[in-house]
Amino acid sequence: MPVAHEGRVPVISTILLAQGHDLLAQGPDWIKFDVAAFLGQFWSDTIDGLTYGAIYALVAMGYTMVYGVLQLINFAHSEVFIVGAYAVFFTLSALGFGTSAPNLSTAALVGDLVLAMLVAMLVSGLVAVLLERVAYRPLRRRNAPRLAFLITAIGASFAIQYAIFAWRGPNPEPAIIMFRPEPVFDIGGVIITSQQLVIFVAAIVLMIVTDQFVNRTRLGRGLRAVAQDPDTATLMGVNKERVIVLTFLIGGILAGAAALFYMMRVPAGAQFNGGFILGIKAFAAAVLGGIGNIRGALLGGLLLGVIGNYGATLFGNGQWIDVVAFVVLVAILMIRPTGILGESLGRARV
Amino acid sequence: MTTTSDRPKASTPATSGKMSVRDRWNSLPRPQQWLLLIPVVVLIYALPVLNPPLLTTEPGTNFPLALFDAARFALIAIGLNVVVGQAGLLDLGYVGFFAIGSYVAALLTSPDSVLWHIPYLWTLPLAMVVTMFFGLVLGGPTLRLRGDYLAIVTLGFGEIVRLLATIVGPLKGQVGFQGVGSPPGTNSEGDPIFTTSNGTAWYWLVVTITIAILFLVGNLERSRVGRAWVAIREDEDAAEIMGVATIRFKLWAFVIGAAIGGLSGALFAGQVGFVNNQKFDVPTSVLFLAAVVLGGSGNKVGVVLGAFVVSYIPNRFVELAAYKYLIFGVALIILMMFRPQGLLGARQRLLAYGRQAYMRLVGRPEQVSADSSLRGEGEKAG
Repeated sequence: MPVAHEGRVPVISTILLAQGHDLLAQGPDWIKFDVAAFLGQFWSDTIDGLTYGAIYALVAMGYTMVYGVLQLINFAHSEVFIVGAYAVFFTLSALGFGTSAPNLSTAALVGDLVLAMLVAMLVSGLVAVLLERVAYRPLRRRNAPRLAFLITAIGASFAIQYAIFAWRGPNPEPAIIMFRPEPVFDIGGVIITSQQLVIFVAAIVLMIVTDQFVNRTRLGRGLRAVAQDPDTATLMGVNKERVIVLTFLIGGILAGAAALFYMMRVPAGAQFNGGFILGIKAFAAAVLGGIGNIRGALLGGLLLGVIGNYGATLFGNGQWIDVVAFVVLVAILMIRPTGILGESLGRARV
Repeated sequence: MTTTSDRPKASTPATSGKMSVRDRWNSLPRPQQWLLLIPVVVLIYALPVLNPPLLTTEPGTNFPLALFDAARFALIAIGLNVVVGQAGLLDLGYVGFFAIGSYVAALLTSPDSVLWHIPYLWTLPLAMVVTMFFGLVLGGPTLRLRGDYLAIVTLGFGEIVRLLATIVGPLKGQVGFQGVGSPPGTNSEGDPIFTTSNGTAWYWLVVTITIAILFLVGNLERSRVGRAWVAIREDEDAAEIMGVATIRFKLWAFVIGAAIGGLSGALFAGQVGFVNNQKFDVPTSVLFLAAVVLGGSGNKVGVVLGAFVVSYIPNRFVELAAYKYLIFGVALIILMMFRPQGLLGARQRLLAYGRQAYMRLVGRPEQVSADSSLRGEGEKAG
């Protein structure tokens, strides 16, 4: 009993004491507080974080819109996303992409990538709509309580995940390299690569298009109306069921696009449970920005991407990203549960 | 711990003809219920020795070990049922508490751990205390929020516990801890009884603990706390208005559930004798949830049955084991559609109390169908 006398010392320091003096002398190697590295990599972390954040934001859109309309956490959205990643993998494999960057003209490359994105959007959108049809609509018909919806959502998530597992096995698919990232800008030693630029710009454009769609078109108005008050919207002639299908479809399409960018950034990203953690982070991003709020999802995604990267550098291990993202989620829920920009899809009116 | 005041009155002969099996059972006095249960309990204890031919999981899996697995799942399901079934809180990170319990047992008994060591049996209550603390830390901030946020926060929590077991150096990641302790005791030849291969001894231990926990949880259910849980589950706002301290009772449910999860984790660590970061992934958590929902959340007997199904099927039909997550994932979807109350649904206890009062006043039972927590709200709205 070497530490029996340590009555009032907090548990964690007792553990450290018991670990012996070497740990205390040099600090444990699994966690650091590396301010020098943090400052040194600040800008590259920020840029890389924004790239990841753009992907989170695209996935977060699916969570936030479904939540805005149905008040449902669609746990299976992470699987809608990973199905898109598989679609990207198979399309690009069929087009001759592999583990090394292909020798293609820019136009041909863009054509191939756009094709892969369209296929992924189609597949993810279909899966999302199918999911709504098969799993959620019967529950809505029965007026099931929310707990039943949540259990169905988690069941659907696992059913899809392990259907992929049964089909493709536990290992990730071979890497698909789309193009070699070339430096485009060099601002005072901070390098922005073509890959980062493509992901960030394309994701932002997609989000702006979605935002405009929801805010300016007739269908978008119907969507906001249902989010605001389903019963009144129905009375005013909005087809609620169609709006719900549309919501799932848009979420799925954006998840399919996100899958392409994700595969661009993480070439061997197609794995049966690869969407799971990303899904939790995307949901955290949606909550951070204010769930049900489309612009909030963008802001939350970018912030979460950046914060995660800072945390990983500061604590000296990439695996801390997920821990940091989770802590951010809990902290936001404690301090400002409505998120930064506030909730509600229906609030913005035209 | 007597709950005589809450117990249903002895059966009323006028209506016994129409009563269902469950109502008849519930109207029996407790001593009679126990008397009827004795043969069942004896049979449960005798199972590993009997090794009945159709039920056995051999040659695929050692039958006593499969039974231990089922008993462990039953204990977990009873704990999770307090959270999901009684209080209606969806906890998707229950495996996190299970993991913490396992690590408490491993850190304090394994020779690989540099911490001071204590006898294994002491780690059981300690694991409960530690997981209660974590339940408090996690539940404190999140239980104030809408119920569905709890689902995602707990989901994240389960994953974070696993990640921390991987990242944090002293928890040894995949290398893990060998030689986790076990209860003392030797047989007549001087060999230890509680070995990793002796499923029977562990099964008896876990069954005994499970029965004790069932007894405690059953008493809680029939107490003021239990009624508060059901009130929160059925309609949180209404409960709040009626003066139920919702956050406090939700926290109680969460913390008690966590403690039982920790206890089962410590037991699991002892039986397997080895703890690393590989056994505590979120799919396992969903399997626990499937056990509760499948059996009938809110019904103690139901969740034990569900736990048996969830753990027994992969052991009995080994060729299905690889697909168990797929099977139970699909099962959850189908259940929610066609039988949301599970195999054995919970009856609405609040209604049941109301019915007793009604019966005392009017002298005949009210015509209300037994229903479940997962259905009640919908029936009202629809």
